[in-house]
Amino acid sequence: MLAYIIRRAGQSALVLLIVGLVAFAMFRFVGDPIDNMLGQERTAEDIERLRAQLGLDQPFVVQYYKFLEGAVQGNFGVSYRQGRPVAEILLERAPATLELAMVSGVLAILFGIALGVFTAIRRDGWLANVIMSASLIGVSLPTFLIGILLIYLFSVELGWLPSFGRGETVDLGGWSTGFLTESGLKALILPSITLGLYQMTLIMRLVRSEMLEVLRQDYIRFARARGLRDRAVNFRHALKNTMVPVITVIGLQLGAIIAFAIITETVFQWPGVGLLFINAIQFVDIPVMAAYLMLISVMFVGINLLVDILYFFIDPRLRADRSGGH
Amino acid sequence: MKTIVAISMAAALLATTASVSAETLRWARSGDALTLDPHAQNEGPTHTIRHQMYEPLIIRDVTGAFEPALATDWAPSADDPNVWVFNLRQGVKFHDGADFTAEDVVFSFERAKQPNSDMKELIGSITEVRAVDDYTIEMVTDGPNPILPSNLTNLFIMDKGWTEANDTVNVQDFEGGEITYATTNANGTGPYVLQSREPDVRTVMTRNDNYWGIDQFPMEVTEIVYTPIQNAATRVAALLSGEVDFLQDMPVQDLDRVNNADGLVVKQAPQNRVIFFGMNQGADDIEADDIDGANPLADVRVRKAMSMAINRDAIRQVVMRGQSQPAGMIAPPFVNGWTEAMDSESTTDIEGAKALMEEAGYGDGFSIRLDCPNDRYVNDEAICQAAVGMLGQIGVTVNLDAKPKAQHFPLITDGQTDFYMLGWGVPTYDSEYIFNFLVHGRESDIGTWNGTGFDNDELDAKIESLASNTDLEARNADIADIWRVVQDEQLYIPIHHQVLNWGMSDKVGIEVDPEDQPKVKYFTMN
Repeated sequence: MLAYIIRRAGQSALVLLIVGLVAFAMFRFVGDPIDNMLGQERTAEDIERLRAQLGLDQPFVVQYYKFLEGAVQGNFGVSYRQGRPVAEILLERAPATLELAMVSGVLAILFGIALGVFTAIRRDGWLANVIMSASLIGVSLPTFLIGILLIYLFSVELGWLPSFGRGETVDLGGWSTGFLTESGLKALILPSITLGLYQMTLIMRLVRSEMLEVLRQDYIRFARARGLRDRAVNFRHALKNTMVPVITVIGLQLGAIIAFAIITETVFQWPGVGLLFINAIQFVDIPVMAAYLMLISVMFVGINLLVDILYFFIDPRLRADRSGGH
Repeated sequence: MKTIVAISMAAALLATTASVSAETLRWARSGDALTLDPHAQNEGPTHTIRHQMYEPLIIRDVTGAFEPALATDWAPSADDPNVWVFNLRQGVKFHDGADFTAEDVVFSFERAKQPNSDMKELIGSITEVRAVDDYTIEMVTDGPNPILPSNLTNLFIMDKGWTEANDTVNVQDFEGGEITYATTNANGTGPYVLQSREPDVRTVMTRNDNYWGIDQFPMEVTEIVYTPIQNAATRVAALLSGEVDFLQDMPVQDLDRVNNADGLVVKQAPQNRVIFFGMNQGADDIEADDIDGANPLADVRVRKAMSMAINRDAIRQVVMRGQSQPAGMIAPPFVNGWTEAMDSESTTDIEGAKALMEEAGYGDGFSIRLDCPNDRYVNDEAICQAAVGMLGQIGVTVNLDAKPKAQHFPLITDGQTDFYMLGWGVPTYDSEYIFNFLVHGRESDIGTWNGTGFDNDELDAKIESLASNTDLEARNADIADIWRVVQDEQLYIPIHHQVLNWGMSDKVGIEVDPEDQPKVKYFTMN
């Protein structure tokens, strides 16, 4: 078992290294950071001096090596745009993204499961059909459009909710939270709906189809034949058995929520790491881009590694057969 | 019980004092200041934020005219043409209570001349700044410099003592990873005091009630909350929903919407920025075209024909929705050297253009690549697209290559483009600035943005002589001569002057400043 885990961890580390290498190879195509860093009065001399100072005159492999060297010591360099350490900026921005992702995730799971069960039980009811058709919107409309529509409806027309920002935050030992103020909670509503809508419809459709599958099984019929109440059949017997694949998908989607918060954060000017990344791309802020990409890939690789290890416990075949994958 | 009473009384007291004259200006634009360090970045939005907290010796008021700030008056020295004398304002205090004296000015100029400073080119001609007494400064330049004051309007003065105490004497250094105190803190003499700052999120400033000019200027805003909002639709939504009182970087497609909304107005003025195309006339053969062994752009007739093919009124109406002013020269209207006659020299004449192309031997036309930014100027890519169609009418097939600014501008400074869009603002309000960067032949420290390959030694000498010509009349005559050459050579194809739009709640009173640098001390609130 240990060998299996070590092998998987080794593969994960290799994936990380390759992601970083590809990222550094691509940075040159994003543009030249020097142009943004110096004003229009700069001289050719200034450009060369700064380029040498930042090590941008070296091949990308060397730049990558230097980045890795710093990164293993916990030093991700200094942002070209803000002139502050990247690690500090990321830590400052992380709570905003994590809180948003958490609220979106909880909303998506709660509503997704509830609506999924409802549409499965009332398969032919008119309300279930309306919900199913409406869910197509969640799947097919791009996130930024949903965000802008929500802003126009709830901020501009109705004036109920703020259109941008996080509202007031309270600092709890370095973690700035929006959960403790009224404006902070209000500010969370629109972005979290925007971000979680896709996941919600995904979960809903998955729960529905799994549920329909399970409801056809013999043990459900027997349960009904035994005269159990509908609620007991639906929730205790049917729902429980649909949850296995749903939980797998939820786990994987959680990573996606954090990674793809970029667009939602841009629309709502949500001061999280996604917005930071977009700003970094526009300014060609290489240290921030590199650190963000590495962070996201660590997250995905970590989730996959965890899933792999869980499979090891769940699937006995992996234990017997050491040579093959799954 | 006692404490409860005390607390509620204190709360009541706070509530009443706050309601007396608390006017908060909630202000948004697309980007944030990059740093608060006064000398680390020479960039518009960054200067704008600094202007609320720091002050230079001289500022420009809303009309662009000089206004005394930390200097009360200034003049060239009677004894030595290489010296400017500045009398400083007395009784001014920095936010931390320290006195403002000549020592701080000397220190700030030395700091701005450090290698890491982004302001050093603007004051490159200054060789020494010396304090005559506590309130008099002499600036020595390497030759007579008649327009020195116009280079000082964004050069902020720091307190020597504060800077030394906080170990921030050196301008922020990126590579060293040095986080200077001045990057995130501010101690100026300006009308507003920094309260809190989260970069890219929110910057809060409150009124400096000890400001020297508190009785001179409206100063009606007691608190400024500055929030960058990057997404244009969200930015406008924030103004429409009343969450923001004052908005810069208005998207042109939303002007009518904002103007028609209750309680909101849009104010506009010509901006200090002209948009034009550059053409590489210097190379024997250029890579971006389909003609081998010759450079069509080297022929002035081709350049003239291309300029005549551009219909600036159509661009103004269709692409810019009326938000531009067609240009005939590459100087914004309030710059010394601009003339109305030259600014209306661009005419559209397709037949005439075709005839010129024929005459130049390119009657069948040619094809060329146009490099264009897509995130720098108002509707930049759309302007280029319009130009593609217009140039097609005279047989010039244009392949448009639009890119983000971070990829576009290096093409110009590295000489990798033969046909490109560029916009130019003139912080000094004088033509010399344009000539230095766009007309003078390209060298390592001059002509850096001249991607045309144009290099005329005689003209270069004339441009260089402007810097030290103290006879303003003769100098203006030289400027006019240089412009004549630029116009006759059709060095650039001018397109238009951008128009600046500020959206605001109707309780905010301020006129648009051509530099796009609102100074909140001029704002009224009612």
